[in-house]
Amino acid sequence: MSAKAKLATVWLDGCSGCHMSLLDIDERILAVAEQADLVYSPLVDLKVFPEMVDVTLVEGAVSNEEDYAKIKKVRARTKILVALGDCAVTTNVPGMRNPFKVEDILNRAYLENAATNQHIPVAVIPPLRQTSLPVHQVVDVDVFVPGCPPSADTIFYVLTELLAGRTPDLLGKTRFGI
Amino acid sequence: MGSTIMIDPVTRIEGHSKITIQLDDAGRVVDARFHVTQFRGFEKMTEGRPFHEMPSITARICGICPVSHLIASAKACDALLAVTVPQTARNLRRIMNMAQITQSHALSFFYLSSPDLVLGMDSDPAKRHLFGVAQNAPQLAQDGIALRKFGQQIIELLGGKRIHPSWIVPGGVSHPLSREDRDTILAMIPEALLRAQRTIAWYKTTFGQFTEEISAFANFPTLFMGMVNPEGNLSMYAGRIRIVNAEGEIVADQLEPATYQQWLAEAVEPDSYLKSPYYQPLGYPEGIFRVGPLARMNIIDRCGTEIADQEWSEFRALQRGAVSSSFHYHYARLIEIIYCIERIRNLLNNPEILNDHVRSFAEPNAFEGVGMSEAPRGTLMHHYKIDKNGRIIWANMIIATGNNNLAMNKGVCQVAKQFVRGEKIEEGMLNRVEAVIRTFDPCLSCSTHAIGQMPLQVQLLAPDGTVLDEKFQA
Ligand code: SF4
Repeated sequence: MSAKAKLATVWLDGCSGCHMSLLDIDERILAVAEQADLVYSPLVDLKVFPEMVDVTLVEGAVSNEEDYAKIKKVRARTKILVALGDCAVTTNVPGMRNPFKVEDILNRAYLENAATNQHIPVAVIPPLRQTSLPVHQVVDVDVFVPGCPPSADTIFYVLTELLAGRTPDLLGKTRFGI
Repeated sequence: MGSTIMIDPVTRIEGHSKITIQLDDAGRVVDARFHVTQFRGFEKMTEGRPFHEMPSITARICGICPVSHLIASAKACDALLAVTVPQTARNLRRIMNMAQITQSHALSFFYLSSPDLVLGMDSDPAKRHLFGVAQNAPQLAQDGIALRKFGQQIIELLGGKRIHPSWIVPGGVSHPLSREDRDTILAMIPEALLRAQRTIAWYKTTFGQFTEEISAFANFPTLFMGMVNPEGNLSMYAGRIRIVNAEGEIVADQLEPATYQQWLAEAVEPDSYLKSPYYQPLGYPEGIFRVGPLARMNIIDRCGTEIADQEWSEFRALQRGAVSSSFHYHYARLIEIIYCIERIRNLLNNPEILNDHVRSFAEPNAFEGVGMSEAPRGTLMHHYKIDKNGRIIWANMIIATGNNNLAMNKGVCQVAKQFVRGEKIEEGMLNRVEAVIRTFDPCLSCSTHAIGQMPLQVQLLAPDGTVLDEKFQA
């Protein structure tokens, strides 16, 4: 067994932009792979969240029942949980639906804006929760990294600090929006 | 009642989805379905917002192709303003769109699909990822990272930011291109072209290893749809819609985007948040069509740039009529990367690109606007209605990946029938079922105006529901 740190990335209700910003560290991704094993992520094929992970980056808000169950499990199995990006930190864009009733949102898409088989999908797929929540309202978060998305340099800094066992100092390195 | 296999989540695609495979009592596949599991509701939640916020809000539908949404959205807003966008601004938007297509195609081909192509469909899932490719084929991994970076750097140079730049605005773009930035981009072109050509040359040597996949990966007749310019050439930014059939014959041509509701309609299925658009004259589900790189290569008369056209002629020689296997999405994607790099160079070599008249200003002059463009994954449409104060009262978006939904479902079924044997489930069988989805490069954040994942759980159930066999892919 290698003594490499275990890194995971999780994608809840976000646009994938925070994951793309992680990839925007370009060739430095190979350096990260030297330091840590990516044990769970949309980028790899392992489909079960491992028992113990050192650092997990979470993109997106908690919007449906699957997100909710998943983040509970991820928290229980992660040492350092990072809320990555504005959607995870504040709900940002997913939260824009909160003033509307879930029913009205679904009606617009599947009844009004459809021509055939108009009905709300219900089989196999997870139901939406009434409101979209930021991650820290569901589980404890250790590190908050705002930004939409946080820049690649900021993400790289956060990762290298955490993997080296230090607490990243984000002052001046990122902010909401932009 | 037979049993059901669930692949959950589908990985190395951009989004939240599951696949279920239905077996009969003899363990033969009778059906397979692709389910998209997330939904975000942009069509409703933008209600009441000022129309000029739409490009920035809808860009957050997707962090992989935010520029595509910026463009379709800004074009819908241009129609609300009823202004002419200055030629230089149109060309600058084109450049950003093609930078976007290049980086997104690089993500799809190198980061998400090349592990299957380099390491093999049956290779160890714990190593079947970009880092595995970096160990086995370092040049390929480097080319992939560099090509993605090339596209992202152009987006950053133009818009100030790689993801969610706010430079494309209703009426044009917010600021012109500097001479210095133009020269920087031009200097990056030769290396990018070299990397893309090296990749396609390698890729063509691998076909022999995948004959079975080529024959069964969503290989069936459908219509193909995409945008062409008035000459019938490839057009990613503006143009009209052409539809060809499986024989490669033109079924409809030069359809006006604003009339889409007359020839396109959307259907809902109970087990997916992703709707299924179809070609109205043929009805549902006979009006199945495909969009994206494969479709674009099938509908055009030529690409319109030198190297891409040479590759395109070889591509079209694969099959009489339209090239029908979705496996060839990969090939088409690589040709499009070459096209985009060449086209960016050609546009930048015209001195007019530095013109500083890049935006038209107006108040809204129309209450309804449609914007259509080609996103990496195919034709994308935004349609807005506003009130007299310029606030959104209704919106509809038909997303590239959604356009492929019927074909993805049919493709999953075809691959499952070909490769999955119920008596003994092998990981590689299921990976192939996922791999057919990867050829379409579905962007599910986009398509459900949604995204994540869950364990892959494979269960074989007896007719009475008891678990006969269970397997976790870990
Ligand atoms: S914070 Fe921004 S970039 Fe990140 S997932 Fe949310 S919308 Fe996308």
